[in-house]
Amino acid sequence: MQHSPILIIIIPLICALLTPLVGRISRDLCFYWAVSALTASVVFSVVTLKRVLESGVIHYYLGNWSPPWGIEYVVDHLNALMLVLVATVALIAAIYSKKSIQREFGRKTAFYTIFLLQSVGFLGIVVTGDLFNLYVFLEIASLTGYGLIAIGEEGALLASFRYIIMGTVGACFYLLGVGYLYMVTGSLNMADVAALLPSLHTSKVVQVAFAFFMVGVAVKMALFPLHSWLPDAYTRAPSSVSAFLSPLMTKISIYVMIRILFTVFGQDFSFRMMPTATIMVWLGIAAIIAGAFMALAQTDFKRMLCYIIVAEVGYMVGGIGLANPIAIKGAILHLLNDAVMTLGLFLVAGIIVYQVRSHMISDFRACFRTMPFTMTAFVTFALSIIGVPPTGGFFSKWYLLQGAMIAHNWVFVTALLGSSLINIVLFFRVIEIGYGFKTLGDGHSDHEEKTVVAEAPVSMLLPALTVAVAILLIGLYNQPIINNFIQFAVPHP
Amino acid sequence: MIHNSTDVIIKTVARIFIPFIQLYALYVIMHGHYSPGGGFQGGVILGASLILLLITHGERVAMQRISENWITILFSLGVLIYAGIGTLCLFFGGNFLDYGVLAPLLHVSPAAARSLGILGVEIGVGIAVMSVMVSIFYNIARSGPYRNKGTTARRES
Repeated sequence: MQHSPILIIIIPLICALLTPLVGRISRDLCFYWAVSALTASVVFSVVTLKRVLESGVIHYYLGNWSPPWGIEYVVDHLNALMLVLVATVALIAAIYSKKSIQREFGRKTAFYTIFLLQSVGFLGIVVTGDLFNLYVFLEIASLTGYGLIAIGEEGALLASFRYIIMGTVGACFYLLGVGYLYMVTGSLNMADVAALLPSLHTSKVVQVAFAFFMVGVAVKMALFPLHSWLPDAYTRAPSSVSAFLSPLMTKISIYVMIRILFTVFGQDFSFRMMPTATIMVWLGIAAIIAGAFMALAQTDFKRMLCYIIVAEVGYMVGGIGLANPIAIKGAILHLLNDAVMTLGLFLVAGIIVYQVRSHMISDFRACFRTMPFTMTAFVTFALSIIGVPPTGGFFSKWYLLQGAMIAHNWVFVTALLGSSLINIVLFFRVIEIGYGFKTLGDGHSDHEEKTVVAEAPVSMLLPALTVAVAILLIGLYNQPIINNFIQFAVPHP
Repeated sequence: MIHNSTDVIIKTVARIFIPFIQLYALYVIMHGHYSPGGGFQGGVILGASLILLLITHGERVAMQRISENWITILFSLGVLIYAGIGTLCLFFGGNFLDYGVLAPLLHVSPAAARSLGILGVEIGVGIAVMSVMVSIFYNIARSGPYRNKGTTARRES
């Protein structure tokens, strides 16, 4: 299993290229084809994870060229965990897409080809140890993302176009950063650059490169003032696509940010020489407050979730900016939790779109009666986003709070608690309508006729319930996850 | 829709140039692995020759030479050649893209196998880039659904 890191990428890539052929045989076969390719990815990422746990960091040299010259894939504890997360999310979204994409798009061959390529992009970003290779995968992930979003409902084309403009600017900034670093170090390998940089810390070029990296990644992760592309894009996208993209794109960008901050530049440069930490904390606070309030103003369920993502990105960026081990642990644990929670919420949103054919909150009347299992899953995710104890969301928020208190950053503490309170309002509003308490006022009789809705199809329900169980398990086993994986990613001062 | 040009100079010049451009493209692809050039540059030149054919002789002639279906197959095939050669190395016990291990398959020394392996990859890249360029141009040039919508809207107003 020496080749497991590359197989994670190569299997979906080759399968994506062969999908058109499979589509010629039978269109329905494409679904099974994509699911089996992603299952292979999940298997190999679990194998890789196991190898990392047993024998430490894995280095894989592409074409057997040694690191500073060739491309190197490096899998350490952090990205082993991320690989499993990304591959699993992709697999769940693929299984889930069977019914919904049939109705929303229909051209399954094209859809699953792009879907697999998208997974390749995401997995590649996580596995690589090379700055330029990361850019290539970032572009694969972004370009396929634009395509997947554009097939959505009315207005998706415009949303996708806005995303293209913003996303391309972000990717350009990242590439400029790579270019400047290459100018002064002559290397693209992360570990090599990290070894060469300490003597160049005072160089203006390095500082500019760092600024470009951070802004570029901030656009990709939709950090508050640069978030404008996100709500439209993920609201208009088909439900399986928003369930696939929204948990991953932002979280993977945060992963890239962690790599740049700690692996490439090192914390001495990132946090002691540059005022990054302060900027990140304040941007994080701004994102939390803005995201929470804008979510409060939405009447569209998916759009509300999008603004919650904006706020969640604030938690993680702020948590890393607090720059103490506990807060960073919290931020990374939240990365995992948030990916699972957002996946779950968008899965539920997709089920409701599939059954009720609307994602306005006001159309959720009596959903609890007609779709009890879906709504149970929904309540689990809602509790996790709010941060109620047995769910995963509680523990990562707890670490973040502790970190903020250690850093004496009371504004962050207030913002975090305040946004949790707003989340309670947000979700209980939905739950209230879902239970049907609010239908009494305005002519509910004609609505009763419309809601002849049954429980969701199994291929959609099962993924949602699995994810709901997963978020509980992550909550219960948060300590082993931190001890075995996350603590290795945290730099110790 | 781009029609067949009526200008004899344009058509003749294009007819003379296109074979040489294509020959040059093949040269750039074939020499990519040990001199400046390579699959990407060669593919762009090859694609440019087809685009020149399209803008001088019109859409119909170009699509007779290379139809949209073929373009779709070719750009999948190009990447597949690249990834396939890389994966083939895995089966021979090397790392991904480690062409040296293909030596027993090609009956040459490992160094020559490396050279041939990267040449195969360059050819794959060349095919992919050429067909993607042409595909983009077909999509812009062809009278697609959006273009029709635009013209009817204008006629109505």
